[in-house]
Amino acid sequence: MTQRDSRSVTVVNPWRRLRDLTDARIGLGRAGSSLPTDAQLAFQMDHARARDAVHMALDTELLMPELDARFPLALRLHSQAADRDEYLRRPDLGRRLAQASADELARLELAPSDVSVCVVDGLSARAIHAQVVPFLDAVLPAIERLGLSLAPVALVEQGRVAIGDPIGEALGARMSVVLIGERPGLSSPDSLGVYFTWAPQSGRRDSERNCISNIRPRGLSYANAAKLLAYLMREAQALGASGVALKDDSEVDSQLGDGREGNFLLPSQD
Amino acid sequence: MAEHFIDIGGRRYRFESLGALMAAASPRRSGDELAGIAAESAEQRAAAQMALAELPLTTFLDEPLIPYETDEITRLILDRHDRTAFAPVASLSVGEFRNWLLSERADGGTLKALAPGLTPEMVAAVSKLMRVQDLVLVGRKCEVVTRFRNTLGLPGRLATRLQPNHPTDDAAGIAASILDGLLYASGDAVIGINPATDNTGTVVTLLTMLDEIISRYEIPTQSCVLTHVTTAIEAIERGAPTDLVFQSIAGTEAANRGFGIDLSLLREGQDAARSLGRGTLGDNVMYFETGQGSALSADAHHGLDQQTLEARAYGVAREFSPLLVNTVVGFIGPEYLFDGKQIIRAGLEDHFCGKLLGVPMGCDICYTNHAEADQDDMDMLLTLLGAAGCNYIMGIPGSDDIMLNYQTTSFHDALYLREVLGRRPAPEFETWLESSGIYRHGKGIAFANALPARFQHVLADAGAPT
Repeated sequence: MTQRDSRSVTVVNPWRRLRDLTDARIGLGRAGSSLPTDAQLAFQMDHARARDAVHMALDTELLMPELDARFPLALRLHSQAADRDEYLRRPDLGRRLAQASADELARLELAPSDVSVCVVDGLSARAIHAQVVPFLDAVLPAIERLGLSLAPVALVEQGRVAIGDPIGEALGARMSVVLIGERPGLSSPDSLGVYFTWAPQSGRRDSERNCISNIRPRGLSYANAAKLLAYLMREAQALGASGVALKDDSEVDSQLGDGREGNFLLPSQD
Repeated sequence: MAEHFIDIGGRRYRFESLGALMAAASPRRSGDELAGIAAESAEQRAAAQMALAELPLTTFLDEPLIPYETDEITRLILDRHDRTAFAPVASLSVGEFRNWLLSERADGGTLKALAPGLTPEMVAAVSKLMRVQDLVLVGRKCEVVTRFRNTLGLPGRLATRLQPNHPTDDAAGIAASILDGLLYASGDAVIGINPATDNTGTVVTLLTMLDEIISRYEIPTQSCVLTHVTTAIEAIERGAPTDLVFQSIAGTEAANRGFGIDLSLLREGQDAARSLGRGTLGDNVMYFETGQGSALSADAHHGLDQQTLEARAYGVAREFSPLLVNTVVGFIGPEYLFDGKQIIRAGLEDHFCGKLLGVPMGCDICYTNHAEADQDDMDMLLTLLGAAGCNYIMGIPGSDDIMLNYQTTSFHDALYLREVLGRRPAPEFETWLESSGIYRHGKGIAFANALPARFQHVLADAGAPT
């Protein structure tokens, strides 16, 4: 079959042009009712890349100097999960500190502070490499404006969200902020998540946290994420709690507007 | 806790409790191994299944796996148990119950009448004795029909949830995915957005936007913004046009507390949605999602296996007459369902257990990038669930959820199933698709290069170059 013949059996979707508006795989066209070959192969490539991102190691040499420059003290900690394979099968180990790390925290003699920040590889070291420094530069000035003091920052390998609890508790912090690499998506292998917990201590439930997700250049902007986190910190202090008790009623500048702006499905009918 | 044992060929296999027996009898999965309750060997698992097969079904009424006094889900299950409905199978053992389910005596009408007489534990137990083909065959006999603005779950039908997620809730980005889905004949189960934040203002705006799209294009379907039930109640109080109230649920009181909910809060959500009276054909207003491993993930599993706990979540769901319930089967990750094989079996178990309990089961046929699974695995589960009569699946552009970072079924996947198994959309939606010139049963997508008249304006309105 010539290339021309093969093309003529594939239906192209004219709304494919709308891909300027979203990363979603719209307007892929069809061969019969099925995916055309090019879309099928592009998917396989992206899946391969996302799989690789899961297994990439955290570059602590790159990150420690950046953290040192922004915090009174930077600590390198490790969870109880020895390597990536164990990390994937045993999330419980990823939530707990390795004994050496726990001992290191216990040896510190610190005055209580307001905010413990943990930088955790999670499921995408790539997200940490790309997003943590610019996000910190957006949020640290906001924390300072709130008059809050910083505990030492922790850089944690093979960690899950809840590892921020024992760390924040050991540091005597009133609240915990965990910056973690989110599970890589096909179109976003580098997305950062932020989890906020009031009064961190081991055993906190997920409903006691607030999450800000999809922080990356093509997702939620650093500035808006920082604004939202500052809002949560302010409200949590007033309420003495985080999580579902703390409703996100902030007026964040969303790209949503009134839902009609730019929404071609709802053109004005006057 | 009563010990259970079975003697096989001179060897005695002991199980310290009913829960331990159920866990040991459960087909292998990483979540039970993580919890330290899986069978110690393949032989012990087979022995546990033999022991389980001998147990009378009534054992599960007499020996609650989680005490009645400490867990409101156990109370719900036992208080609601209908002895009259249970009568036809009351004298059977679990193994005999499997035979009964497979026999011609168990037809759609019988199974529907039986549902209130079954508990989640009975259903979970029999599923552990079943092969994939048994799960498909019995699942297919069960018919659970629900209604809001259309009719879902009729035999020979397969609906889809159009899931137009966008990582920043951008209106134009969401609209682009909705358009793509509608033009690929998707969206009869619900047009349902997972918002990027739980911000109440955002939720209200999204609900208003979906309501306007559904009414402007006269689409016989319903919308949902999948936010926490408390946010949904607040949105309703602010006057948001809310069709369905969503919540993730689990099978223990403690796990639900981890989600920030209890039964009375779910009741409040249901009352709030029903007070709006927006359903034209029915008042099934709840949408629940579940998934094996959620209780362990919340450290609230009481030493029970994840499949049994998942069935208990359906016990919660059926109390609220939901329009839609789906397991998000591969979303939770490899620590609970390690690979394609485990995900496929779990999806079929969940569909079977839910349907037998009278729950309108759909399935989010999905996997994450840290699981040992791929598109081939999803095609297998998709085809099997289609054969099992699954009420609905997800529909998303090109299988890639750019907000939740996982892969689920695409609009194309649903068209594949419709073609291969002859499944039709929900009747009201099918009529709309035909009159809109989008899709015709047996022919597939009904247009090529020129957009259907109803949508011809959109490319001009999107300002896209022609």
